[in-house]
Amino acid sequence: MSNVLFLADFSVIKPDPGLIFWTTLIFLLVWVLLGRMAFGPIQSALKKRENDIQSALDEAKKARDEMAALHTKNEELMRQTQEERAKILKEAKETKDAIVKEAKEKAENEARKIVTNAKQDIENQRLAAMTDLKNQVGVLAIEIAEKVLRNQLDNKGAQEKLVDDLVKEIEMN
Amino acid sequence: MVKVDIRQLFVLVLALALTMAAAPAVAQHDDHSTEVASGAESHDDHNSHEAHGDEGEYDPVGTVMHHIADANEFHVWKGVHIPLPVILYAPEHGWTTGLSSMFEHGHTAVDGYVLNHGRINRVADASFPKGEVHISHIAHKMVVTAEGDTTDAYFATYEGKDYALDAPSTLDGGMMGGGITSFYDFSITKNVFTMILAALLLIFIFNAVARGYKKNEGKAPSGIQSFFEVFFVFIRDEVSRPMIGEKHYERFQPFIMTLFFFIMFCNLMGLIPFFPGSANVTGNIAVTLTLAVFTFFVVNFNGKKDYWQHIFWMPGIPGWVKIILTPVEILGLFIRPFSLMVRLFANISAGHIIILSLIGLIFLFGENGTNTGGAAAGAVVGGLFTAFMNLIELLVALLQAFVFAILSASYIGAAVEEHHHDEAHAH
Repeated sequence: MSNVLFLADFSVIKPDPGLIFWTTLIFLLVWVLLGRMAFGPIQSALKKRENDIQSALDEAKKARDEMAALHTKNEELMRQTQEERAKILKEAKETKDAIVKEAKEKAENEARKIVTNAKQDIENQRLAAMTDLKNQVGVLAIEIAEKVLRNQLDNKGAQEKLVDDLVKEIEMN
Repeated sequence: MVKVDIRQLFVLVLALALTMAAAPAVAQHDDHSTEVASGAESHDDHNSHEAHGDEGEYDPVGTVMHHIADANEFHVWKGVHIPLPVILYAPEHGWTTGLSSMFEHGHTAVDGYVLNHGRINRVADASFPKGEVHISHIAHKMVVTAEGDTTDAYFATYEGKDYALDAPSTLDGGMMGGGITSFYDFSITKNVFTMILAALLLIFIFNAVARGYKKNEGKAPSGIQSFFEVFFVFIRDEVSRPMIGEKHYERFQPFIMTLFFFIMFCNLMGLIPFFPGSANVTGNIAVTLTLAVFTFFVVNFNGKKDYWQHIFWMPGIPGWVKIILTPVEILGLFIRPFSLMVRLFANISAGHIIILSLIGLIFLFGENGTNTGGAAAGAVVGGLFTAFMNLIELLVALLQAFVFAILSASYIGAAVEEHHHDEAHAH
């Protein structure tokens, strides 16, 4: 088989206008139909999904950060609360102590006052009793002295001696 | 303003180029007439038989060429064919439509059209009767053309007289042995049928995928959706985005995806060895030419000011270099889609030819059915190699679709890119 013969049989290298026409038509149809129907929507769907995934990741990260911030805040709050509690407890203790101390002082004062009053009363009673006793003793002394004098003055020398003793006593005072 | 002007200029140049390309193709028609070589050996070639397993002689090259060629019917097995619609146009006669079964495999001529080896041919002779006529057979002869080359020609024998048959018109301008003949074949051929099937399959599958995105909105993908999402994301992230750039890639993603999947499905359909596969769609230059032209148009209609400036008056280099570079760049404009066309066509055709050759070993070793042992050896060796080749072809089917898509994307990327003139220009 000569080369020419080979080429003559090799029909696929000869572009057939009918085949060109149909290829053009079919390819255009596929291009337009698939572009409209499939490739366009698929492209936008893929893009949307990628964006969705990215925003979901971003949101998750944001939420995590927020959680962490919230956690820190909670801890701070807890710490503050504990401080507050400790402070309140301390204050309450102080108040209690103050009240107890005050009450004690008041009671002591009262007691002292009562004691003082009682002493006063006792003193007063004692003085009254003393006055009374003195008066009684005076009266008794006068009565005794009257009886003695009546006995002694019956004798003249005894009288003179008495007067002398009295005088002496006065002089000594 | 500048961009629009350049675009108009581009269309003008393109139209001019097409006119000039068409001229020799038409001129070719005149010297396409052949004369029967006197005393050339002529062997009758009954069309009811297939090219292989004919009258004893096994013709490996003819068989392979017949199998990779387009056809107007689907050959299922010996004697069983699936007819396809035919749409034929002859300038002097008008349109003829029907089913390829009406030709009865070369025994009936309809309006001068006959089926020769699965392909429609036409009797150009005006004296041949119109309507349905019975022809005795189709003859194959060696003829000498006006230039003195020997070539093979086919003749329809009707009432003892041989009428020369014209093959369908092709647009190679006679360079590849074709040219404009007396009729054009716009039929739903085997290749067109396979392409329609691939297109329907694509539409059906991607409709389901797109529905999945609606159904599973805001949810994880499922089923067929997740299977094709891998491809979509791969083409987007490995092809469109790096090649075209972040700014423009979304606009071209449907085109790149359509290219990739259309080519891949056609390639894979071609690997199915029986109906509805087996058609050598992407191994036919008409198909790859069309796809390359699509890329060419998409690239050049989206060319930015920088792109045209880099072609016609490259900035940043001395004037005398520009005089050399500009023609090179203008040539490059056409060489790029041309390389796309040839690469895909050659790869897929070569794959089909290799597989068919390996299968042909069975018939060669079997010495046309006389040597059973040889046929068995051929079957083992050929079968193993074919299995191996099929795996390679599976890879090639994916790879070539990917290569076509990534190169188209890179050409588009070069067209829409906004250059920074301080950086080195890679070419």
